[in-house]
Amino acid sequence: MSALRNIQTTMRRDRVFGFLQPEPDFALPVDTSHGAILYVEDVSVRFDGFLALNRLNLSVNEGELRCIIGPNGAGKTTMMDVVTGKTRPDTGRVYFGQNIDLLALDEYQIARGGIGRKFQKPTVFEALTVFENLELSMASDKGAWSTLFHRLTPEQRTRIDEVTEIIGLQEQQGWLAGSLSHGQKQWLEIGMLLMQNPRVLLVDEPVAGMTGDETERTGELLTSLAGDHTVIVVEHDMAFVRSIARRVTVLHQGSVLAEGSMNQIQSDPRVIEVYLGDET
Amino acid sequence: MLTRRLFLSDWGGITVLVLLLAMVVAVPYANLVLPPESPWHLSTYWVALLGKFLAFALLALAIDLIWGYAGILSLGHGAFFGLGGYAMGMYLTRQIGDRGVYGHPELPDFMVFLSYESLPWFWWGFDMFWFAMLMVVLVPGLLALVFGWLAFRSRVTGVYFAIITQALVFALMLAFFRNEMGFGGNNGLTDFKDILGFSVQARETRVALFVISALTLIAAYVAARYIVTSRFGRVLIAVRDAESRTRFAGYRVEHYKLWLFVFSAMLAGIAGALYVPQVGIINPGEFSPLRSIEAVLWVAVGGRGSLFGAIIGAFAVNGAKTWFTAAYPQVWLFFLGALFVLVTVFLPRGLVGIFRRRRTEGGA
Repeated sequence: MSALRNIQTTMRRDRVFGFLQPEPDFALPVDTSHGAILYVEDVSVRFDGFLALNRLNLSVNEGELRCIIGPNGAGKTTMMDVVTGKTRPDTGRVYFGQNIDLLALDEYQIARGGIGRKFQKPTVFEALTVFENLELSMASDKGAWSTLFHRLTPEQRTRIDEVTEIIGLQEQQGWLAGSLSHGQKQWLEIGMLLMQNPRVLLVDEPVAGMTGDETERTGELLTSLAGDHTVIVVEHDMAFVRSIARRVTVLHQGSVLAEGSMNQIQSDPRVIEVYLGDET
Repeated sequence: MLTRRLFLSDWGGITVLVLLLAMVVAVPYANLVLPPESPWHLSTYWVALLGKFLAFALLALAIDLIWGYAGILSLGHGAFFGLGGYAMGMYLTRQIGDRGVYGHPELPDFMVFLSYESLPWFWWGFDMFWFAMLMVVLVPGLLALVFGWLAFRSRVTGVYFAIITQALVFALMLAFFRNEMGFGGNNGLTDFKDILGFSVQARETRVALFVISALTLIAAYVAARYIVTSRFGRVLIAVRDAESRTRFAGYRVEHYKLWLFVFSAMLAGIAGALYVPQVGIINPGEFSPLRSIEAVLWVAVGGRGSLFGAIIGAFAVNGAKTWFTAAYPQVWLFFLGALFVLVTVFLPRGLVGIFRRRRTEGGA
């Protein structure tokens, strides 16, 4: 049965020549009337017998700045992979708003639909300039034909300049992304997310390898983004989490161990045992 | 505006285009106008040889477009080159008419020899030039579409992709070696007489083929340049350097790769079609995996990812090959090996790397 379903979904009769059709930029009609923008329900992922996610339940409200912490192997990155369509879970459901089933969508659809992702290792297009990096990430028609003949409109140019200013790289706009410092690459990648006009930003370890000063600026940037966007930050740096977090979720062995404000988390004996122990 | 975009800071490309245009004028002049006694006279042998290099340069350009810009390493581009060549060869074979050894009005010699009763269906239409030219681009394009769709959809990349392209070209070689395929078996198609009513042996035809090859190469270069300077081209570079980032930026990476691959295959097919009338033969040897690898090495020697470097590389390696195989036939392969070792070790950016300075930090 599942084989038949596979064939039906990959070879849809109404999409035989789908690759010829323009691909409009579609922001998904996300219904967030109950407040939550992302639901992860009972999700399990197994890699060769290793349970990376074990019946994970998580719900994030619109406009929230949520920090997710947990020791190595707790399933933080796997959770992001599931939400962005990179990994298909064995069981469970993932919803964007109340109405959009993310498990039925491909990576590119999720990305266009409003969920942006920053990788753990800063990943920018090093052979292109800062401007071009932002241009490519911009929400616009991303079909192969239209990019071949595309020209930048003045509004789009303005938008790129705006985002360049938000991430503080005005001076470096014409530089190759490969020549930026580590911290600047992290900001550029956040800028690339912003260009996608996402509802949700998934940010994996934004301050890894940053200097104290850069860390502080990144914290300000992320807190300023929350509200208009929903920001989910996965981070190891406890001082950083403490400085920005309002609500923290602790993952452990693939499921949620505790959730609450930073103070609640820090005084939770289970959390202290598995994670915070020697740090507090 | 467009001209500016295409050629801004592409000095190497402009130089190569100017040289090609100069050849378009100088080669016919040196062959047709100058008397044979003149020291500047160019023999017809040389015209055909240079024309062959131009076809190779077009193949190299097609490879550089996918390898240098999208990071798709195809070690089987000879497949598309060969198919384009066969389409042209079939047209030329049909033009022989009853002048073959057996004098059959419709069937080519090898079919008479193999006691065919009538022309197989896949030879229908090849007596018409326009149809054959359509097949020159359509057959390689369709094969690339099907092959690429399957490969890119399954996210086959890098060395795995390179290996299956080798398998593709090898399979084609084995198939075309079989007499039952109806393409002349290991002898291939040869003994051509006319193209569009002109004798393929005639000096003027050779010169015309040379000029057409040069103009086609120029047009292909400009088209390729258009692609790589468009936003499409920047997406390709993004795919090459960070494929999954590109996906999470909302691009359907497979589609980009597929279209580029099909375009590149069509260019390779055209290259094959230009090659065949100038060398006078097409046989399954063109599908030999080694030939495809050699073509990739032209690009590597010239300098990957610059387009014009591929043209320079094709001329440099084939020029050296022509000279060496005539002067020192025994040591040619050693020279070839040494060349590639030297280029890899000392010129990782190819010949153009000597002249091209890196886009340096902060200097955009």
